[in-house]
Amino acid sequence: MSNPALVANSDSLREAFGKALSALGDEFPKLVVLDADIAGGTGVHHFRKSHPKRMLQFGIAEQNMMAAAGGLAATGLIPVVTTFAVFCLRAIEQARLSLCYARRNAKIVASHPGLDVGPDGGSAQALEDLAAFRAIPGMTVISPADPTEMAMATRAMLEYQGPVYMRTGRSPAPRLFGDDHKFEIGRGQIIRDGDDVTIVACGVEVARALAAAEMLARDGISARVVNMATIKPIDAALLSICSLETGAIVTAEDHNIHGGLGGAVAEALGQTRPCPMEFVGVRDTFGASGEPDELAHHFSISAPFLADAARRVIARKKS
Amino acid sequence: MTQHPKKFVPANDVSLEEKLREAARFVRCHSIASIFHAGSGHPGGALSSADLLACLYGAELNLWPGTVTDPARDRFVLSKGHAAPALYAAGAYFGFCDPKASLALRKLNSPFQGHPHVLDLPWVETSTGSLGQGMSVALGMALGMKLQEIPARVYTLLGDGELQEGEVWEAAMAAAHHKLDNFCALIDYNKLQSDNANAAIMGLEPLADKWRAFGWNVAEIDGHDMSQILGALRKAGTTRERPSLIIAHTIKGKGVPYMENIPAWHGSVKLTEAQTREALTALGASEQEIEGFLHV
Repeated sequence: MSNPALVANSDSLREAFGKALSALGDEFPKLVVLDADIAGGTGVHHFRKSHPKRMLQFGIAEQNMMAAAGGLAATGLIPVVTTFAVFCLRAIEQARLSLCYARRNAKIVASHPGLDVGPDGGSAQALEDLAAFRAIPGMTVISPADPTEMAMATRAMLEYQGPVYMRTGRSPAPRLFGDDHKFEIGRGQIIRDGDDVTIVACGVEVARALAAAEMLARDGISARVVNMATIKPIDAALLSICSLETGAIVTAEDHNIHGGLGGAVAEALGQTRPCPMEFVGVRDTFGASGEPDELAHHFSISAPFLADAARRVIARKKS
Repeated sequence: MTQHPKKFVPANDVSLEEKLREAARFVRCHSIASIFHAGSGHPGGALSSADLLACLYGAELNLWPGTVTDPARDRFVLSKGHAAPALYAAGAYFGFCDPKASLALRKLNSPFQGHPHVLDLPWVETSTGSLGQGMSVALGMALGMKLQEIPARVYTLLGDGELQEGEVWEAAMAAAHHKLDNFCALIDYNKLQSDNANAAIMGLEPLADKWRAFGWNVAEIDGHDMSQILGALRKAGTTRERPSLIIAHTIKGKGVPYMENIPAWHGSVKLTEAQTREALTALGASEQEIEGFLHV
């Protein structure tokens, strides 16, 4: 995937998030940002610089931070909890009871998800967060694909009333979308059209899906690519159309193959218009240290593996 | 917010203390009755915390049934959510919910769930039942009020066993760090938890020293003495730059002799009608009151 030209001068998703949050700070005077001693890692150092009085330090204590967000929201503020995705898992029960069950207008923004974390290794690479947070009633789950979409999703998250879990990303992310891009919670988008197969991707896998579609095109295979930035609620209507029109689906995520985007897509299509599916993701194992692109190759979620999955699912369609 | 005077009157006002003792007696009776009707529930910790709840709702909180959505109200969070019957009973006594309806504890379609839920009952302020979280939510409320310069106070009641949750100590550090002098936590220190004595399960002592070391203003009182409870709450309200902790020494099952100091009554237990009558009688309920509680 990594086209140096695309990556050059492009922010990581966490940087894009931090800058967007800072830019939106004046427009959303009730916005407060909660940090557990990793503002530089999550990108919210930008907000700390622009709005120091609304930056709340909780120390390395994520459970208290997560539940305290419920209390802050109860006083009318819009708390944005920021930490690494693995530490969100540590506080998931606080998110369940004190944010979702109490239906608070609180946001969780998780940086460092998936293999995209890179060298920090398996302990730091959350490959379970989409599945876990998606299972909580009332939680909206978002994973934007590029810096432009991240900025738009940050605004949409603040405008939305209710709990949201949003993934950012650690590594530089290629810019895929222009300023004319539209982001809406709950809506997927066809970002490349095709007839033979649909690749449904989120987060860093969207760029890899576009690269895979290029590879397939060289073999005369026409692949559609859907950017499914909202994992919950999933855009079931768009999936149904893609199933009808292309007859085969590949899902792609930097996450365990169980319970994340692939699970959400399968659940939706199973009830509407089932078709052959292949799931690209980490195959129910933990990550490891390495550079993100090396890891994507090692764990079979890079573009060539996406293209292979597309060929397999097309073959199943014909059989 | 409409500025209500503090309900406080001087702690030596005997008539107020008498009123609060009557409120606490009602809280205990109503808790026993609702647990009887539910067929399950936690009586021990409801009985031990009744006097604290009576003082909070009856004398301390700047909160009335008409102000439960006022942004400037004082807030109380029952962090030990399993004492919900006592919270509902206090709510019933002070006009936040109906005394009869709130006997429908733990029933399908009743807002009086086994643990408090804010979407069912807005005046309970947040949903609790997972120990440690109410403390953090209350801390978030106190911090939110400070940030918005709302001159209201936040109170939370914790169980002693609850202090074994690491989250409580995360919150203890954060409250002191942020100098939340609008925040007051109370511990219902009845020395017993679900399976056994605190000391046998996971010792808490020296408890006051721990909280002092965490930067809190600490008071130790008899949690069944209205004068001491009111005095500690008043002192907490005048403390600056630090959060306050009231360690209330209590008796689990207080007021019902066959329950007192016996961990088995932590709950969740089923009360027979005979046990219920015996408990209500011990609590000083009249025959007429007992019939009223038993037949809804």
